[in-house]
Amino acid sequence: MNELLLGLADDELVIGWRDSEWTGIAPLLEEDVAFSSIAQNEIGHARAVYELLTDDADALAFDRSLDEYRCAPLVELRLLDWAHAIARRWLYEVADEIRITALMDELPLAAKINREEAYHRMHAAMWHERLRDEPRFRDAVEELWPYALGVLPPEQRDALSARVDLPLAAAVERGTHTDELAELWEEMTMVRRSAPAGTQW
Amino acid sequence: MVTETAIWEAFEEIPDPEIPVISLVDLGVIRSVDVSSGRVHVEFTPTFLGCPALEVMKRAMEDKVAELGAEADVEVVNDDSWSTDKITAAGREKLRAAGFAPPAPRLVQLQPQVHRCPYCGSTQTKLENLFGPTPCRSLRYCESCRQPFEQFKTI
Repeated sequence: MNELLLGLADDELVIGWRDSEWTGIAPLLEEDVAFSSIAQNEIGHARAVYELLTDDADALAFDRSLDEYRCAPLVELRLLDWAHAIARRWLYEVADEIRITALMDELPLAAKINREEAYHRMHAAMWHERLRDEPRFRDAVEELWPYALGVLPPEQRDALSARVDLPLAAAVERGTHTDELAELWEEMTMVRRSAPAGTQW
Repeated sequence: MVTETAIWEAFEEIPDPEIPVISLVDLGVIRSVDVSSGRVHVEFTPTFLGCPALEVMKRAMEDKVAELGAEADVEVVNDDSWSTDKITAAGREKLRAAGFAPPAPRLVQLQPQVHRCPYCGSTQTKLENLFGPTPCRSLRYCESCRQPFEQFKTI
């Protein structure tokens, strides 16, 4: 269970960072607002889940070495193309709904997270509806699909496949990291590493 | 020993840090106040988990209890007990009067006509952005009085 929660929290932290990279450069001003707000929610979810695992969420979030993170490669990718960014948001939210709703009975926090995620899903569904017939978007979905499968454990992948109407394929599994995460780790831990342990912020 | 009633009254004076027209009591985020153990124990439920105002709210409650001569132990409860349905009737009216459309009740939120302009009362409003300046707000536009407004999200 702890391993599952750590993976969930790391996914939310890292996708929060990636979504926040659109602040200020999204193609529409409204999407600057949307991506910023989604990122804030995702990082808030990460914090709340880390707090189930530790008394010091910041230490768990930022004081680990790269190979101790349990996030799925999907969230690590630095996607600078809007079609890819939206394809990831859509695939991630569908996968995340499957795992969060499966946790709700035993974990009250999951039900709280689910209330907020409903808005992320509406946002993703709206963009999916708008872009679904665009070849560039379809290519992005196809490219990211093996990564999306890796967000979920094997027993939940049939449900994801049915929801997004794509056939099961070999997944890019959790446990290995992309080079992009190494670059992100440098950035997101830089300030904490610059100060001695125990610094009060 | 300070009474629970005195603490609730004091908490009514703490404004929400981001929407200061309503108090923490109006917002419904204080789940319980208990002095029976000889200490002041407060259970507090966040609105949105990523809300940056959580620490500010927690400190404000501790300070208020300190003003009453006691020490508060504020426990943040991250369960599913808070929803926007916990905002009090008084709180909803204060929001509306300040130009924030109060959240639609959870049971009716899927009906399009529930989103009413806080300025003119029209239900001819449309969604501009699911997201807004804080996690708890969406942006809508009133087609009757041509006024954009902030809508408290239903969660």
